[in-house]
Amino acid sequence: MRGYAGKFLEVDLSSGDVREVKFPEEVLRDYIGGRGLAAKVLWDRLGDRWEEVDPLGEENILTVFTGPLTGYFPGGRVCISGKSPQSNGITGSTMGGEFGVELRCAGYDGLIITGRAERPVYLLITDEGCEIRDASHLWGLGSIELLKRMNREVREELEHRHPRRREWREPAVIHIGPAGERLIRVAAVVGKYSHAGGYGGYGAVMGSKNLKAIAVKGTGPLPEPAHPERVYELIDRVCQLCFASDMLRRWGTGYLGYEVGYSLSSEPVRNWQEEWHDRREYGVDRFERRLWVKRYWADFGCPTSCLKPATIRTGPYKGAITDNPDYELQAYLGTNLGIFDPEANAYLSSLVDELGFCGIQTGNLLGFTAELYQRGILTEEDLGFKLEWGDADAFAKLLHLILERKGIGDILAEGTYRAALKIGEMKGVDALRYAVHVKGIEVGAHGIRSGRDYPTPIGYAASPQGGDHTSTTRDAYEDMTWSVFGDSAVVCSFCYHDPLIWEFARAVTGWDISKHRWCTEHGRRIMTLQQAFILLGGPDVYWDPDRDFDNPPRFYEPLPSGPYKGMKADREMVERMKREYFKAMGWDERGIPTRETLQRLGLSYLNPYLQDMRR
Amino acid sequence: MSVEGPIWIMRDYAKCSGCRRCEIACSLHHEGRIWPEASRIRVFMLVPGLEVPHLCAQCDNPACVEACPVDAISIDEKLKRVVVDRERCTGCGVCVDACPGRVPHIHPTESYALICDLCDGDPQCVKVCQEGRWNCLYVVRRDPSVSYDLYAKRPEEVTRELAILLLGEKGEEVI
Repeated sequence: MRGYAGKFLEVDLSSGDVREVKFPEEVLRDYIGGRGLAAKVLWDRLGDRWEEVDPLGEENILTVFTGPLTGYFPGGRVCISGKSPQSNGITGSTMGGEFGVELRCAGYDGLIITGRAERPVYLLITDEGCEIRDASHLWGLGSIELLKRMNREVREELEHRHPRRREWREPAVIHIGPAGERLIRVAAVVGKYSHAGGYGGYGAVMGSKNLKAIAVKGTGPLPEPAHPERVYELIDRVCQLCFASDMLRRWGTGYLGYEVGYSLSSEPVRNWQEEWHDRREYGVDRFERRLWVKRYWADFGCPTSCLKPATIRTGPYKGAITDNPDYELQAYLGTNLGIFDPEANAYLSSLVDELGFCGIQTGNLLGFTAELYQRGILTEEDLGFKLEWGDADAFAKLLHLILERKGIGDILAEGTYRAALKIGEMKGVDALRYAVHVKGIEVGAHGIRSGRDYPTPIGYAASPQGGDHTSTTRDAYEDMTWSVFGDSAVVCSFCYHDPLIWEFARAVTGWDISKHRWCTEHGRRIMTLQQAFILLGGPDVYWDPDRDFDNPPRFYEPLPSGPYKGMKADREMVERMKREYFKAMGWDERGIPTRETLQRLGLSYLNPYLQDMRR
Repeated sequence: MSVEGPIWIMRDYAKCSGCRRCEIACSLHHEGRIWPEASRIRVFMLVPGLEVPHLCAQCDNPACVEACPVDAISIDEKLKRVVVDRERCTGCGVCVDACPGRVPHIHPTESYALICDLCDGDPQCVKVCQEGRWNCLYVVRRDPSVSYDLYAKRPEEVTRELAILLLGEKGEEVI
């Protein structure tokens, strides 16, 4: 088997047992790795009792998977999954960084983490295996201090184990901040200060397992590919194509903070009450001149370097460190909160990085709260302070209220959807009207109303990953490539290139992987499994296909401003597109996979769980 | 990149993107594999955003040559580079500790030290760095009047200073 290290580590945090696991070749060929393999592993192990599995309970399983292309295809990533405490389904939550590459250099394709440690622990993975180590002294730390201490501790340990071999480099680390420790449902798995696997809420899953961090340092080569010369030539071709994306390289996604609002009218402004703005002072040029530390920052092997490390040099937030912020956080911790100031935006971004929140979903939650305040549903009495649009200090206070789970903060800590249910009940209002989520996952910062941005009217509504803007639905063929294959091979979507990716996959694995077969069979199998998880849901909330496979109510309200004023999602069109998409996927018109489809995909074992849902 | 005579690889730390394409190029050239820890140039990232490419400074009077107990390390006068005799080298690691920058490292699976050989005058790491327009690494003509050993520093030292340069006062807290 080529392109794979060939073994996975399984760590049972309850018993402390660590063992190596191998998958049969046909399993890896069918599910590849990352998101696909996570769906397979989670169903095999938890499928028969999915509804009862508490995502924040001992029984949940956290997967940290690479794919065979990780490290080869330019732009290093890793894919985190498990039962999601947001959707109660699963999300393939990928994040950039060196973790996946180091893991493969240590000889492992991934980690399967079960159980719950009695005390805070971290995992140290090297060529020699995995050690579960005490993390009591690291519990409570934010990203900056944590990385500082972990790097020191792990490098000393490696020097001690192997003296005079080398100046040891830092291990690749993924960790949680205080947000994950406190089981906040919008907590992310964090890396390199500002990298995050946010969608899905796996930071809270790590917290529930008392797992503060995972550090890995490997010294081996990447697993041998099937056709090395071909692979090395393809790396070069992908790099050349990425080099041609001049503006993405130069500005990162940060140039969209102005663009998406001004030109596309699809940027969340004040909790999506608007999607347009013309605030030139929020242009990337000002971020560049005031905040950037470097023009180009990249993860392993990446030619695109869309990242821009940044720091605040003056004013009340001086010293804050973050990345750029990138588009999503410029929107969610900026425009969505009525903030149009680079420093205020970078400050909030640095706070979510430091505390381990998902910036996208947390920005959504903060905006939701501010709209409730604007409408008088939540008051100064509820919060303990005023919460006006544009007031970064007030939003920072709110973030800490959530982190400390104090008063209303304890309710908000459950994420936008669950908080809307509770606050609605408490206040006797329909708070769901203001909750911009799909299937418990806060929607990414790309709206659908103007029709100008990339998500289709059913982009979020029909997706088993709900509001995740990195995996939206368009058509039942092409959707299987960029997000489903990309997240399973575990590569970065900003270096992704179709059709080169298929050549790449064949050259690395030696398997006859074809786009057509992937888009009609393998990708559909993974999506169908994910759909089954969403349909089963539980234990705290369930999704009703007739009610919940839909856009947030806000998207059916007309845009109040900008060149696309008056435009909104059209319910009939959404219903029609959804039916067409589901049909093309081989699901019935409500989105439930048909018996025939299950049979065709070799998933007949799902049928007993889904048959009663069909009409 | 046509430079006459012995060359030196200039490193502009503040421009390193951390992409580690240099390690990919180096290990492919020398080992035929993508093998970060076998690369002669290794990028340290003790603080995210403050990446430090770590490679031989080609000192005039290298401590590694002096310290080697089996005389396996010498200077190639033509290219002014440090050369490791793999047959003689035992991988004892004395050179690792002797170098003020702890630059040499022992091959992950073999018993000899790895030190940049300038790819015989056409360094592959520089090529990819230039190709991506990062310009962190570039080739200069070796100037006999310059003390290149200033660059034989441990990654912590470099990172500590880079932190101040790029992050200001806050830089004192990050490492």
